[in-house]
Amino acid sequence: MIGVISYLVFFATVASILAIAVLGLNLQWGNTGLFNGGVVAFFGAGAYGTLLLGGTPQGDHIGGFGLFYPLALLGGMAAAGLLAWVVGILTLRLRHDYLAISTFGVAVAFENLMRNAEGLSGGAKGLRGFERPMREGLGDGFLYNIVFLVVVLLLLWATYRFLETLVGSPFGRLLRAIREDETAARSLGKSPSRCRLTAFVTGSIIMGLAGGLYGTFYAFVSPQDVLPTLTFQIWAMLIVGGAGNNKGAVFGAFLIWAAWTVSGWALSRFAPIEAQLYTGSIQYVMIGLVIVGMLLWRPQGLFPERLVVSQSSRKKA
Amino acid sequence: MIQHLLDGLLVGSILSLGATGLTMVMHMLRFANFSHAELLSIGAYSALVFDQLFKAVMPFTAVQIGPVSMTWALVLAMILSMAVTGASAVLFDRLIFRRVREKGEELSMVFASFGLALVIRNVIGLVFGLQTQLFSQDIVFATVLSRDPLILVKPDQLATLAIALVVMLILHLVLSRTTFGYSLRAVAENPELAQINGINLQRMIVIVWIIGGGLAALAGVFYGLTNQITPVMGRDLVLPIFAATIVGGIGSIYGALLGGFIVGIAANMALVVLPSGYSPSVPFLIILAVLLIRPNGLFGEERA
Amino acid sequence: MPDPALDVRTITAGFVPDLPILHDVSLRAKRGTVTVIIGPNGAGKSTLIKAIAGIVPVTEGAITFDGEDITHIRPDQMATRGIAYVPQTDNIFRSLTVRQNLDLALRRAGPEAADRLAELLEQFPALADKQPDKAGALSGGQRQFLAVAMALSTKPRMILMDEPSAGLAPRAAQEALELARGLTETGVTILLVEQNVNQALRLADHCYILAEGRNQVDGKAVELLGDSVVADIYLGGKRLRAGA
Repeated sequence: MIGVISYLVFFATVASILAIAVLGLNLQWGNTGLFNGGVVAFFGAGAYGTLLLGGTPQGDHIGGFGLFYPLALLGGMAAAGLLAWVVGILTLRLRHDYLAISTFGVAVAFENLMRNAEGLSGGAKGLRGFERPMREGLGDGFLYNIVFLVVVLLLLWATYRFLETLVGSPFGRLLRAIREDETAARSLGKSPSRCRLTAFVTGSIIMGLAGGLYGTFYAFVSPQDVLPTLTFQIWAMLIVGGAGNNKGAVFGAFLIWAAWTVSGWALSRFAPIEAQLYTGSIQYVMIGLVIVGMLLWRPQGLFPERLVVSQSSRKKA
Repeated sequence: MIQHLLDGLLVGSILSLGATGLTMVMHMLRFANFSHAELLSIGAYSALVFDQLFKAVMPFTAVQIGPVSMTWALVLAMILSMAVTGASAVLFDRLIFRRVREKGEELSMVFASFGLALVIRNVIGLVFGLQTQLFSQDIVFATVLSRDPLILVKPDQLATLAIALVVMLILHLVLSRTTFGYSLRAVAENPELAQINGINLQRMIVIVWIIGGGLAALAGVFYGLTNQITPVMGRDLVLPIFAATIVGGIGSIYGALLGGFIVGIAANMALVVLPSGYSPSVPFLIILAVLLIRPNGLFGEERA
Repeated sequence: MPDPALDVRTITAGFVPDLPILHDVSLRAKRGTVTVIIGPNGAGKSTLIKAIAGIVPVTEGAITFDGEDITHIRPDQMATRGIAYVPQTDNIFRSLTVRQNLDLALRRAGPEAADRLAELLEQFPALADKQPDKAGALSGGQRQFLAVAMALSTKPRMILMDEPSAGLAPRAAQEALELARGLTETGVTILLVEQNVNQALRLADHCYILAEGRNQVDGKAVELLGDSVVADIYLGGKRLRAGA
């Protein structure tokens, strides 16, 4: 029984962390219409940034500044934001394909750099030497995991509240206006590229927060954690939940993560030995089908954005 | 150094063929098609199937042509695979992209293309296995062009480069000498005006997919011939091909041809200064450089 | 009106299905005449001409040309019905040469293509020397000539022109309008949208005034030129706005 509960705590922690990242993506895609093909780079920047700043000194790579944990986490978020700012400033003035390609490219390059730059990231064997905060008081057991889950849930709630407030604010309305009709927004004297940059960087900082928490949870991060798979999973979560809707985004995160975990377990449990090598491929096909299928048959997601009118008027007049 | 240049030229010709179709589709349908590189995989794998079929059914075709490892069977297979890949591209458009387009969700097409890429790549892995494959198990020795500095070239590489250049020449002649070529360029520049001038847009979209798919198949076969065939070749090639379109300017066919060579050569030359582990990052660095220096590419026009 | 070539009957049209720009608009154009559509900015003039050309979907009403229903014909099929359309801007392919633009327009002409090309170049001598040049490098007036030449290449019985004088210097604008007038001598029907109200009215046979997507007034062009009510309500209003 305790085993089941402890697993549920573990599951809920990871799902909640991913839900934070989905919320960040929702600000970019759902509210602003920005395609981020490299979610994992910003997530990874948060994870690596947090662990490098908050870890203990290591012989073979930089970092280990042993910073006070909240500062390290903020530093990770800042790293993600900085990366987003660089990509955004170069691409957000151009037609939208450039952002899609560049963000995809930044994710490839980020993983590649983390894998090779041993002096920076520990290379392929990953980044070690991070002590989870408050470990002395709470130990490494069940209690710690419960407390950590509560912290993650609080941060998820705070992110959710922040985004709901933002979306309801004049800035949020402006973002939607830009998404629907850029020319009209520009004629109102607003600079669409600056607004998009703000939304893109903010969304990426939120992904950085998720990455920082993820790194903290495992007290370890390696190039295996920043593979493109994570980007696809986070997208599927948003599309299933319904782009533009923060509640749907959180729900989608739990739903897809559950489906991913269960299908992985079922495949490893029931698939014949010789097919075990291919369970990954099967899971990828499923996630690809979820993305394409949702776009074809239910583009508004399971929980559509409340302002449905805007979808039909997207066609250029 | 010269070796890197030669290798770059070869990779460049493959990227050029891939980027040409991609830039046409991107320009006409206004989305970054992340599934384009999977058409290279479809091309390579269908050529593999046809090649083995021909060799089994018509053993006389299993004869190597001169010094290259390519057989007549493979040449036939390549032509068939171009048709199959072009047809697949049209099919994907019918099943997915056109339906998303008609819903008015143009921005979602890039998402759909990512999802489609995942499906194609992994279905190929499931059907053909995750291991790498080769068209021919025979080892073809490289010819030594020069001993100091040491320059090696395989006959296959030269043949590939030659065929790619011939295909590009044909493409150029079509684009610059025929009214069909003019209509392709017209549609790329201004679809509405093209329609006013009597060009059937729906039919042009089909033709562009067929050409893009055919060229991608050719690139895929060449990649398989000079490297190896794996289900993840699309994943590895998607970024360099995108880089080629950005270098050339999205929508410019000539830009894509030249961009492919530039990316191929730059990526190989970069290995002179960078450790080889970093080579997957080079296309991204090239994209960054273009965006900094000349965001609309060599031949691209500014457009929203 | 006897023998209208073009008959637009109470059409409703717009890009977005539930948000029509035109409401119950009707218009008739007599064969071999120049009909001009004027009205303030945003009146729906361009939308009307695009609806006739098949670019803007028509949701209600019907359009016939020479007795044939053309309401839902695709723009690429208009040429086969004897209709050509010259858009206001971006009406030539800038990345192609002048010659390539003409060849493209003539590609369905078959064996006659060479003769027709020679005819068009005779009609527009300014284009003859520019054949190898990129069309994007032409001056505004030359572009307009090329666009009209491309429209003529299919031997249309009616040409729809959207502000042929827009963006041209006064002299070139006058030339463009005179060109339109001259085309009617061969029996071609011309329907044009113009901002240049005085010049257009002097040139046209018949005139329609559109405002807020609806018909307002129509009549003989020369009569409207002196009509003070029209001038006050529409043309005056327009002039004020243009001056502001």
